[in-house]
Amino acid sequence: MNEQLSWKVGGQQGEGIESTGEIFSTTLNRMGYHLYSYRHFSSRIKGGHTNNNVRISTKEVRAVSDNINILVAFDQQTIDLNSHELVQDGIILADSKFSPEKDENLNVQLVSIPFTETAKALGSQLMKNMVAIGASARLMNLELQPFKDMIYTMFIRKGQEIVDANHEALIQGYQLMDDEMVRIKGDFEMLPSDSEPRLFLIGNDAISFGALNAGVRFMAAYPITPASEIMEYMINNLPKVGGTVIQTEDEIAAVTMAIGSNYAGARSFTSSAGPGLSLMMESIGLSGMTETPLVIVDTMRGGPSTGLPTKQEQSDLMQMIYGTHGDIPKIVLAPSDVEDAFYTTIEAFNLAEYYQVPVIMLSDLQMSLGKQSSAPFDVSRVEINRGKTITEDIEDQADEYFERYGDEEDGISHRPIPGIKGGIHHVTGVEHSPTGTPNESPENRQVQMDKRMRKLKDFTMEEPFKVQGNVDSDLLILSFLSVNGVAREAAERIDADVTTVNLKQIHPFPIDALRPYLDGAKEILVIEQNYSAQLQSVLKMNYPGHDRIRSHVKYDGTPFKPEEIETHINSILKIKEVM
Amino acid sequence: MATFKDFRNNIKPNWCPGCGDFSVQAAIQKACAANGLEPDELAVITGIGCSGRLSGYIKSYGFHSTHGRSLPVAQGVKMANDDLTVIASGGDGDGFAIGMGHTVHALKRNIDITYIVMDNQVYGLTKGQTSPSSGKGFVTKTTPEGSKENPIQPIRTALASGATFVAQSVSSDIKQLTAIIQQAMDHKGFSFINVFSPCVTYNKVNTYDWFKENLIPVEDIEDFDHTDAKNAMQNVMEYDGLLKGIIYHDQEAKSYQENIEGYLDQPLIKKEMTLENDTFDELMAEFR
Repeated sequence: MNEQLSWKVGGQQGEGIESTGEIFSTTLNRMGYHLYSYRHFSSRIKGGHTNNNVRISTKEVRAVSDNINILVAFDQQTIDLNSHELVQDGIILADSKFSPEKDENLNVQLVSIPFTETAKALGSQLMKNMVAIGASARLMNLELQPFKDMIYTMFIRKGQEIVDANHEALIQGYQLMDDEMVRIKGDFEMLPSDSEPRLFLIGNDAISFGALNAGVRFMAAYPITPASEIMEYMINNLPKVGGTVIQTEDEIAAVTMAIGSNYAGARSFTSSAGPGLSLMMESIGLSGMTETPLVIVDTMRGGPSTGLPTKQEQSDLMQMIYGTHGDIPKIVLAPSDVEDAFYTTIEAFNLAEYYQVPVIMLSDLQMSLGKQSSAPFDVSRVEINRGKTITEDIEDQADEYFERYGDEEDGISHRPIPGIKGGIHHVTGVEHSPTGTPNESPENRQVQMDKRMRKLKDFTMEEPFKVQGNVDSDLLILSFLSVNGVAREAAERIDADVTTVNLKQIHPFPIDALRPYLDGAKEILVIEQNYSAQLQSVLKMNYPGHDRIRSHVKYDGTPFKPEEIETHINSILKIKEVM
Repeated sequence: MATFKDFRNNIKPNWCPGCGDFSVQAAIQKACAANGLEPDELAVITGIGCSGRLSGYIKSYGFHSTHGRSLPVAQGVKMANDDLTVIASGGDGDGFAIGMGHTVHALKRNIDITYIVMDNQVYGLTKGQTSPSSGKGFVTKTTPEGSKENPIQPIRTALASGATFVAQSVSSDIKQLTAIIQQAMDHKGFSFINVFSPCVTYNKVNTYDWFKENLIPVEDIEDFDHTDAKNAMQNVMEYDGLLKGIIYHDQEAKSYQENIEGYLDQPLIKKEMTLENDTFDELMAEFR
């Protein structure tokens, strides 16, 4: 019996691979297993190899697995491209339709099952995925009832006949596999789950639901991979709370529309990926200069230019920290995992409005699109803080301009929203006086620049990073976003004091809070997915003069596997012993 | 009731003496007072250029944004608070060059705001370069041999983009301009007004006198019908866009906001920000 197994389904894009993975994994989540999935897809609608990898575990799991145990193949290409990832005696469940063949050099088992033929006989070849799911369920010795329930929920609106046909396909798949079981070497059976109720969602959904809870009622956005699910979620759900989404003509319109709406007092945001963020750079400066709250979600993908639009990377970091011309106060956040993405998104909106600054909420493709289990969200942790926003008429204001940019000690001025009595002021991207009138005098410039920059001078969020491990360690691993889970899993395999730090507050860099851990570490390893070790550079800039800061980068578009990091950790710790 | 003077502040515009923009500003202030608006019910959103400074010269809420982006900012403001009267404004460079994409899409989207372009057919603030609406052969620092491009035709573009209110005037005719702005603000949908606002410093061709001679009032055209888009387009083509007055007005069209069910029940900023517990539970259940 297995504590964890890795299952992968592959075929041609547009063939239902996505829904096969979806049905299989959602059912397992409902059964109480912990899941972590990874989608391999390309920038085309139909055709091209695609696969969906689901890691199933009885314990928390936050990374792709080193190998796969079960490969479900709907075409030969799936076998050719993926079977080398199988563990020894791993199994390929292949559709007999294409007379599957395996590489004879690989020590794996091939079972040919008539997925398509069985489905066709039952009325539609679309149901081949149900046959494959039935076969997988038998192989893993899973109960069929939860799958039947799932099918019922999914198809009942199409009629009982469709439900019955799909049930039959599932059962026949199960039986076909049952006949093969005598020939199967090894154990593919899952240990029972803890049956706890959990969510199963992509990071983009956690971010979207967070935004909805933060009081967002307007969104302006332009479609892009891997951010589009956020606008799609908002399009489906904002109307339920009286809000709406505008799909704009481009990303510049999206961000400036969000600025306009935030200026007018409605919490609003936009989401995009690297190319869109590049277009938004001037407007981020507008938000910073006019002190208009703004939240932008950047779901990072492979850059530069169009780069690797459907692949994992974390290479927008420097642009997000430094981007826009001139100096502005800005916050850059990175949720530590999908569950945290919900809470951090709410915090992002509160911080944007409290400090009246642009906040970039980072994600990466694997966090945004990799569906995974999460504890249910806690509504009691949802809080809305609007800071110095004024939404009611100001009665005692004389008939003159309101000092929107008054030089307050904390740098944060009062912000009346347009429409209220007594709040009239001007807002401009030009350097301006306390009432917002353009003013280029050296004295005024200094006062206003100091005022703006003072807002975040000592800023540290409540939890700037998540730590597992001790202050003193043999090795400290620093990472962010989806790499966190892989780093943690690798660390747990090592017999040494390894502390993992999941950085959440990327900018301003929380060096004071982090310093004790850095000082207490014999070695420091920064793991990230970009060519130029951007996070390591940020760390070195903020924690200079330490030659113990090592780097591990990956930029081939695929997520890290725990084994890659484990190997690196071992090599570092071994070098230490020799020295 | 606020008067024309209540929309004034004591800031001296940085426009050249004789600039057409002064009169556009006055016409906006008069139209607002005539329509019974209070200064705190108005938001003026501008882009960058000489005309972009307008938001600072009218006593109201004002947002001077970035070059070419007055329209998306203004649309965002209106979507957030439908109780506000929103005017977007800028020059021909702002609206027909860097911001042309937004102009066309704002026209087709039809959010209920008024867009006033102060068209002087030249880049003034950067000291005399060709603009998208400069005439062919127009000599500037960047077109020493005369502009080789065809000028943008704002009115034709507006009609072709699905506009529901299109007008054109000249800054010297404050009376007509005021009346047009009043009607534009009353129109439920996006209103586009192109105002020829002569640049006395850098445009020696399209002067006040030139417009007096060349602009044809639509009232003078026999059978002109501003409720008929085809009629409007034919006349615009026939007179090479040099018309003056309300050129097209679709009184039946619904604004973008009116087309969203329930959106206008209450301005967005007044809607509840906290989710009800039942809604929270229902939405979270979709992730199971």
